[in-house]
Amino acid sequence: MTTSGSDGEDVLLEVEGLTVTASKPDRTLVRDVGLRIGPGRTLGVVGESGSGKSLTARSLVGLLPAGLHAIGSASFQGISLLNAPERTLRRLRGDRISLLLQDPFTMLNPSQTIGAHIGESLPRDVRHDRQRRSREIERRLLEVGLSSEVAQRFPFQLSGGMCQRVALAAALASDPDLLIADEPTTALDVTTQNDILRLLKGLQEQRGMALILITHDLQVAFSVCDRVQVMYAGSVVEQAPAAELMTEPLHPYSLGLLRSEPPVDHYVGQLNSIPGNVPSPDSVRHVCAFAARCDWAADRCRSARPGLQTVRAGRTSACARVESIAEELRAAVAEIEHERSATPAPPAGPPILTLSEVRKSFQSTGLLRSSTRTVALNGVSFTITAGESLGLVGETGSGKTTIARSILGLTTVDSGTIEAGGLDVTSYRRLKSAERKRARRFVQVVFQDPYASLNPSLTVGSTLREVLALRSSSAADDEVAELLRQVGLPGSYAVRRPAALSGGERQRVAIARAVAMRPELLICDEPVAALDVSAQAQVLELLREIRRRHGMAMLFITHDLSVVRQMADRVVVLYRGEVVESGDTGQVLDRPAHVYTRKLILAVPGRGRRPSLPAIEPG
Amino acid sequence: MQVVVFIAKRLVAMVVVLLLVSLLVFSLLMLSPGSILATLLGTQPTTPELIHSLEERYHLNDPFFVQYWNWLVNALHGDFGQSIQSGEDVTTVVADRLPVTLGLAGLALLLVLVIGIPAGMAAGMRRGKPFDRLVTLLTIVGMSAPVFTVGILLIYVFGVRFEIMPVYGAGEGFLGRIEHLTLPAVALATGLTALIVRQTRAATMTVMDQDYITFARARGLSRSRILIPYALRNTALPMVTAAGLMLIGAISGTVIIETVFSLQGVGSLMIESVQAKDIPVVQGLALFIAVLVVVVNLVVDLLALIIDPRIRLSVKG
Repeated sequence: MTTSGSDGEDVLLEVEGLTVTASKPDRTLVRDVGLRIGPGRTLGVVGESGSGKSLTARSLVGLLPAGLHAIGSASFQGISLLNAPERTLRRLRGDRISLLLQDPFTMLNPSQTIGAHIGESLPRDVRHDRQRRSREIERRLLEVGLSSEVAQRFPFQLSGGMCQRVALAAALASDPDLLIADEPTTALDVTTQNDILRLLKGLQEQRGMALILITHDLQVAFSVCDRVQVMYAGSVVEQAPAAELMTEPLHPYSLGLLRSEPPVDHYVGQLNSIPGNVPSPDSVRHVCAFAARCDWAADRCRSARPGLQTVRAGRTSACARVESIAEELRAAVAEIEHERSATPAPPAGPPILTLSEVRKSFQSTGLLRSSTRTVALNGVSFTITAGESLGLVGETGSGKTTIARSILGLTTVDSGTIEAGGLDVTSYRRLKSAERKRARRFVQVVFQDPYASLNPSLTVGSTLREVLALRSSSAADDEVAELLRQVGLPGSYAVRRPAALSGGERQRVAIARAVAMRPELLICDEPVAALDVSAQAQVLELLREIRRRHGMAMLFITHDLSVVRQMADRVVVLYRGEVVESGDTGQVLDRPAHVYTRKLILAVPGRGRRPSLPAIEPG
Repeated sequence: MQVVVFIAKRLVAMVVVLLLVSLLVFSLLMLSPGSILATLLGTQPTTPELIHSLEERYHLNDPFFVQYWNWLVNALHGDFGQSIQSGEDVTTVVADRLPVTLGLAGLALLLVLVIGIPAGMAAGMRRGKPFDRLVTLLTIVGMSAPVFTVGILLIYVFGVRFEIMPVYGAGEGFLGRIEHLTLPAVALATGLTALIVRQTRAATMTVMDQDYITFARARGLSRSRILIPYALRNTALPMVTAAGLMLIGAISGTVIIETVFSLQGVGSLMIESVQAKDIPVVQGLALFIAVLVVVVNLVVDLLALIIDPRIRLSVKG
């Protein structure tokens, strides 16, 4: 049974005025969110962290974290979902509505086989019939592209992509009418992400199932969904058909998101970003949530909270000035494509880092099994010249991080040599203490996760003073302020602790800490992978500026080819511990020679801003 | 096959540990003040025959390691010599006292597991609710109450005040034994239950926060399905480890409890023997407890293999 909406379209799920609050301390996390999806349709919910997109999804299936409450109305085929008794919800979950989560490694029960996961989720009559059950498990595995032998395996024996396929099969085992997928590909490699998205889209079409895809990545939403709604600081700011949003956003925040994505197919001299941070929903209760970061903000934006208004059929926007700025927004989108700049000439100088024939393997011992050797690096050679930025690209397990750790002396390679700044740093243990000191100053690092790489109990100022004291004995407070200024933070941040900073701000502090040593080589290990889209562009632009000012060389480790395009002079492609291709960034990305590089490039979502998913030739 | 190799390795390690312990245990003789002969004679009448037989048995004129070797060979045959107090074989003395202590420890462990694990799981799943707070409060009381105080309190309430439970001796027959061992087992189990409730509660809270529980609920799995293969299975590993430690703790706890309840068990035997400087019995007991500890650890490791496929099937598949 489906109910009809006011415009005559069939409605499967209709949400109105959904508000999620926390009781201790008293605050609002999602405010007045509406959502509607028809049977067999696809809806993308896009937003950065703190936008309330995941909480919206969780509240619909009654799985909000403890201490959170939802009010408003949510009607699923006539059944009210919010605050429904657990018994009602349990009958709906799986059978009618299913939820797929982000992290494939934590979503499955570690002590249960894959077969058991799918078996337990099957409809009751199939579940209790032994023969039908095992036949059905096999069929479901095939449906998500896995062979039937996988049924006997345990989750920890599978890759992330395989686990996500299993989770998908389990979520769909009772053939729900609606699947809510919460960032299902964020934790995966680009190529795997592309496979999973295609699978998801394919299954949705075959089954005629409705899909709500929650993501922070507009391009991912465009590649799968008919309609997209953008959320910001706990509220919906825009709803539009995907194809229209792409070319004609009706809210400055949507435009900001579109502009913040670094393009993969050309270099941009000045990366666009949205200045500032996402506010908490409570702090923008009486104003436009985006006003503080908006180029078009006027007095009326700061005097009242604009509601979501229908601009024309199928389009809504929460921008108070939408009528007057629509043309400007459209022009700004068109401009994105034309912002091409000439690639800066790579500096030519003597090599300061040389890796030759570096090999490293790891030994893992199980309790029962004799040890197994995993080859992480299989004869890797490359050089970085002074002031050059080298991109190191590859998927999980390709050995990128092992290279960084070897250069930093955090791990020692089995064979080959590493030379940094005229020192043989192959084995830090064999260096004399003065040499070791020199080597450690020569190279510094910015890690991926700014939430884990700063000591939470030290203030920002103490963290920076600690490093400055290593460089010179008298570290003055104004030096700390100067460092903070360099990374675009006010000097007052010196007294704050990391917990009071946003992800982007923490990464700035981490960069300041690395730069404080004035290294000649800065290793950036996925420095923007854990950040929101708007913060990503800011941090990338900061790294560019620092490189320009200090002329330091960079080793830029990333899986994201758009980041490589913007940040690297040259690129080295790593596949299973071997260098499969290297060369000037433009050349490698525009005319890839190796099949793996081609596959990587094809897998970038929204490549060339086309809404369809690119096909991947096997190989 | 891999399991066999694993067990074989563990058995070899066990033997090494026990050899080390036996060396320490044997050294007890050397370390006790006075001559070895005087120690072994104790309060027994000093006859030339007795001196002769002791000298012959302990090879008192040989070097230390020869003495140790002879003692070890005898010990391996179950012969720890005679008790200085009673003149009986040490093995017989210990075997006589063993059933009471094993019964007591077993009953206490049963109480701990049957009450502690469900209570801990229920509390962990209802974090912050009145039931959780009550359980947490009780565990604090349970952990802070010394074993002998609980014992004396139980004796007063159930034995003296209401006279419904026996408070002395170990009883006759199976039911009599259970009846007599109930109060001491409760006293012994109080603190241990509090500990295991805490452990289970913490483990359950961690597991209930995991994505796989959310995902299981999102698929509409039944309550019992989430409770057993999801919650219980994944909390079982820390539980089994804790239960093993607890069984060992329960054995040492019997020393106090048996004294409070006047039970003729291994614990009270230990106290008597130490007081009477009955070194052969102390040696036998020490080695027996060492074997028990090592065996419990092996059982815990084997259970871990059964519970956790990640341990069973090595790191990568």
